[in-house]
Amino acid sequence: MEIVISLAIGVLFGSGIWLILRPRSFQVLTGLMLMSYAVNLFIFIMGRLWVNRPPLTLGDAIPDPAQFTDPVPQALVLTAIVIGFATTALYLVVMIGSRGLTGTDHVDGEETDQ
Amino acid sequence: MKLDWIQHLIILPVLLPLLCGALLILINESRHQFKFFVNLTSVLLQLIIAIALIRLTDNDVWMDGIGVYLAANWSAPFGISLIADRLAAMMLLLTAILATAALLYSMMRWSRIGVHFHTLFQFLLMGINGAFLTHDLFNLFVFFEVMLAASYGLVLHGYNTARIRAGMQYIAINLAASLLFLIGVALIYASTGTLNMADLAARIPQVGANDLVFLKIGVAVLAIAFLVKSAMWPLGFWLPTTYSAASPPVAAMLVLMTKVGAYVILRLWLLIFSPDAGAVAGYGYDALLWGGMATIVFGAAGMLASEGLGRMAGYGAIVSSGTLLAVIGYGQASLVTAGLYYLLGSTMAMAAFVLLIELVERIRSPGANMLALTMEAFAIEEKPEETAGVGIPGALAFLGLAFAGCALIIAGLPPLSGFVAKFGLFHALLHPDASNILISSTTWALMTLIVLSGLAAIISLMRFGVRTFWASGAIASPRLHLSEVLPISALLLLCVILTVQAGPVFAYLERTSNDLHKPSQYIDRVISEPAVPNASVSGGRP
Repeated sequence: MEIVISLAIGVLFGSGIWLILRPRSFQVLTGLMLMSYAVNLFIFIMGRLWVNRPPLTLGDAIPDPAQFTDPVPQALVLTAIVIGFATTALYLVVMIGSRGLTGTDHVDGEETDQ
Repeated sequence: MKLDWIQHLIILPVLLPLLCGALLILINESRHQFKFFVNLTSVLLQLIIAIALIRLTDNDVWMDGIGVYLAANWSAPFGISLIADRLAAMMLLLTAILATAALLYSMMRWSRIGVHFHTLFQFLLMGINGAFLTHDLFNLFVFFEVMLAASYGLVLHGYNTARIRAGMQYIAINLAASLLFLIGVALIYASTGTLNMADLAARIPQVGANDLVFLKIGVAVLAIAFLVKSAMWPLGFWLPTTYSAASPPVAAMLVLMTKVGAYVILRLWLLIFSPDAGAVAGYGYDALLWGGMATIVFGAAGMLASEGLGRMAGYGAIVSSGTLLAVIGYGQASLVTAGLYYLLGSTMAMAAFVLLIELVERIRSPGANMLALTMEAFAIEEKPEETAGVGIPGALAFLGLAFAGCALIIAGLPPLSGFVAKFGLFHALLHPDASNILISSTTWALMTLIVLSGLAAIISLMRFGVRTFWASGAIASPRLHLSEVLPISALLLLCVILTVQAGPVFAYLERTSNDLHKPSQYIDRVISEPAVPNASVSGGRP
């Protein structure tokens, strides 16, 4: 399981890096999104990989931490997803604005001469 | 123990701009005068709170000069703790001063050429204040994002092609840096099991060798995110473009944002890689030192090479961040004291300089050609009053003097605060803490670079000043408004006060630096802060 998930993160992040180095703003945006998926997965597995264990919750009895997964990375990843989503949406707006003002979707706002 | 009401002052610099910014969304854009006054009230209140916090931390009202605020009443490693110490209080004051100046400057024109300027301005302040106060790494990420999201909007404020182009690069690089921030935070959590900075520093000596590798990688990746903000070479190529494209009041706030990166590095490095940190003590200091020196070289070369004043200011900010990073990386308490003094003076002078640029450029191209376009785009019917209305006399004399003042501080020539700062830096470099150590070649290299960067600054600024003010041919005397002159004069006056009162300021900064170099005192103080008992009124806590 570890090797599968680390490969998935690696492929996502690698594709993301390649895409943000491309000249079109939509490619850059897609790259940023892929990278943020990879990072979200990465944060998630920092609580270690467990199967069939609920997150630690507060009940009446004092719980045995070994029976539960770590809830903190789950809380962190939730926040990270929300913030990443919002900032990506913002970038999309700027991208559309740039397309409208400059008439090109090149990241520099002008076509390079071939 | 009853929670003293004074303690709530610590969270006010975050809450006040949040509420104020939210309130400002509801007010119609056409009532810009009212919006401006709400904003100004909030900023002035923040100024008062910052002064109060400085007095509280410095007069030992709180034990060891550290005020701890436990958010939601969870004690330290479990909840988020906000901490006001001398350094945080000082940075809050600097933020409030710059915000007041930038806001006053924007009164006549800049706050009216687009929508939601005041709201974004308040959210930016919330993010910056929060980043100074919080001592939880993930909460720091949240405040950084608040600050950055507001700054994206502000950089684009007064929408034109140059700003959009700059914004595209600025946003993309900061989104990528935020992802690195998250990776760093996740790795630190995985290796130590905590995100509270005090708890982290306390646990580091006990971390096993295997986890230590991940911790080092995590902190290094995290540092890259901060170094992008503080524009260390080679991570700072975005900065000159963004600075020169942003509107002047926004650029003044951006000057402060580079210092936020340096602040976090200073705080984090002295805390978790202090000499008490066991196996990782002193990690990364060399990288900061050499990176800082490379940044100084890059910034100085950029200043000499740049044509426009806006880009020159951007490179000037890079030089000052490079100097700060090198000072942090040098790892000597007395040098940090002088570095903090340098930070205060150079930030205020640089902010005054970016505000001044627009006024100076009016000499060359009178008229606000670009304003008409953006006002049309946003269908703002009421045009700002002509700035020619209440012009002040002697505009050219003011511009010339203010330009010379900024140039003196940025280049570090006597008699203003820039010189005192550089003198302090050299004095600290030549008097190491252990007096029998020989002055190493690195020290000489750093001193040479600081001197040469001053030379580069004075050459490029003089060249520009001569071309602008002493140019032959008729130069029209520009019309300036009092609200544009006042903030620049006030910032320069503060630099003069900083020079005259250098003694008390240095004494305060020395206490600040001593606190920073005693992490064990800080850790004890934060971890032992008791939660308020019997506060679980509505069954929130078991």
